[in-house]
Amino acid sequence: MRPRMRIAAGARLAALTLAALAVLLPFVWIVAASFKYEIDITMGRLVFSPTIVHFDELLFSRGSDFLRNYANSFGVALVSTALCLSAGTLGAYALDRLDTPAWLRHALLGWSMLYYMTPQMTLVGSWYVLFRQVGLGESYTALVLTHTVMNLPMALWLMGAFLRDVPVELEEAARVDACGPVKTFTHVVLPLLRPGLLATGALLFIFSWNEFAVSLALTRNETATVPVALAKFAQDFDMKYGAMAAAATLSLLPALLLLLLATRSLVRGLTQGALK
Amino acid sequence: MARRWPSLRLWRAGSLAPLVLFYVLLTLLPVLNLAAMSVSDVSWAAGRSHWSFVGAEHLARVADDAVYRAGVRNTAWFAAVSVSIQMLLGFTLALLVSRTTRGSTLWRMVFLLPILMPGIVIGAIWKLMYDADFGVINQVLAWFGARARDWTGSPELAMASIIAVDVWHWTPFVFLLMLAGLQSLPPEVFEAARVDATPWWRELTRITLPLMLPTIVVTLVFRSIMAFKVFDEIYLLTSGGPGTATEVISFSIYRTFFVQGRAGYGAAVSLVTMMLIAMVVVLALNLQARLARRPA
Repeated sequence: MRPRMRIAAGARLAALTLAALAVLLPFVWIVAASFKYEIDITMGRLVFSPTIVHFDELLFSRGSDFLRNYANSFGVALVSTALCLSAGTLGAYALDRLDTPAWLRHALLGWSMLYYMTPQMTLVGSWYVLFRQVGLGESYTALVLTHTVMNLPMALWLMGAFLRDVPVELEEAARVDACGPVKTFTHVVLPLLRPGLLATGALLFIFSWNEFAVSLALTRNETATVPVALAKFAQDFDMKYGAMAAAATLSLLPALLLLLLATRSLVRGLTQGALK
Repeated sequence: MARRWPSLRLWRAGSLAPLVLFYVLLTLLPVLNLAAMSVSDVSWAAGRSHWSFVGAEHLARVADDAVYRAGVRNTAWFAAVSVSIQMLLGFTLALLVSRTTRGSTLWRMVFLLPILMPGIVIGAIWKLMYDADFGVINQVLAWFGARARDWTGSPELAMASIIAVDVWHWTPFVFLLMLAGLQSLPPEVFEAARVDATPWWRELTRITLPLMLPTIVVTLVFRSIMAFKVFDEIYLLTSGGPGTATEVISFSIYRTFFVQGRAGYGAAVSLVTMMLIAMVVVLALNLQARLARRPA
């Protein structure tokens, strides 16, 4: 390598490192705060003797609902991801491969786009009234269904993009072999879609896990998810910074786990839509 | 692609049914319900709602609502500024990195981190760091002799502080998309440019940018849509204040419905918001059509 090029490469690495530090340091900051006594946080001490008192209180004290919140988040994210992935994959397949009439395809894709562009908050009030009228106000059902429909456009697009990588010829071959349409889908298409399903599923789970606005409006104490609980620590009359930091740290775990296990999948999912 | 399975129609209907059902019951019906609510006063008694017709009263009031107007203005400003900065930063960083370092897994994991984090956690992080009394930002400023500021509590700084959080949150996303786009460009074009000793700025404006245009447009549109929905960070950091300095559309609607309990008026505000969005979409599509017609 010529010296000038080596300097350029060094500068690039420096830029990348700086950017990475800018991204990482705030996370380090809140994780550190979760191990500080409240007094160390509010005195702004950089050097502190670590404590697990906030985690202990969040997880094991009688007055804390955090484990309940955690289970709520997990359940809602899991069920809504399953529903959303099923409806999205089947829908994308029907739109792309099953000779769906053009007007219906345009109507569904156009509505997806329009709905996705509209701020969720515009529908939340209406959802609240409708669910409450059928006796499902502030229920898990309401939360699961709304999280499902919120992510449906994304599931439809992503699975559509992954589907386009599955050659039509394989389906035609299956048909020649007297394979019915359902069997073609389950035995030929679905196995080939596995990486796409994993990538999309991981993203949908994270979107639901992270969702705050709708969960805030449609839950009560027993059905509240982690972000709603976290906001409460930060909004209470006397702020609980330590508890807030500890709750934030714990709420990062699922995404971190997915990140470690499936970086490639996540990148594929996130970039799929933009590049196709 | 005519494949004549006898049972095709049934299978197609079955495959589309969940999607259509979700959309009809949870998006179309709520929009119609919203329209009905916007001309009514809705109150609750014993778990049942009572509606009384009030006509266009709510809708007429939206236009004069100073808070909502501030919200629309602030949301547009927030989206424009923060998305522009993200695009510029993300693209520059991707350009710097694309040649030498192949996006190794470790870098990717770092830059994926903020994208995957709950917005509310992002808010919590910055609430700690922005704090006027003990926040690390004021501490660092103090080391350099600068005076402490109330980052989220002062009318001049609050919006800029929110924008800074959003830039921090989403620049990595733009970066990853741009990097993926750059790395999928055909290398031959750039080799040819090198052989011709094309200066770097000409390579950028004549080759890279035109080739990257589709990725740039998609990322821009996607980020703008997300920016218009901003809520979580505002809720935690400023609640729209001080005054209306950081009031945004989603927060106005939330407050009207769930803090003030004005369902009828909230519905009217929601409907007006939807119409504004629809107008922006029509404008954008028009613009796109006009650009596409123009000879390159």
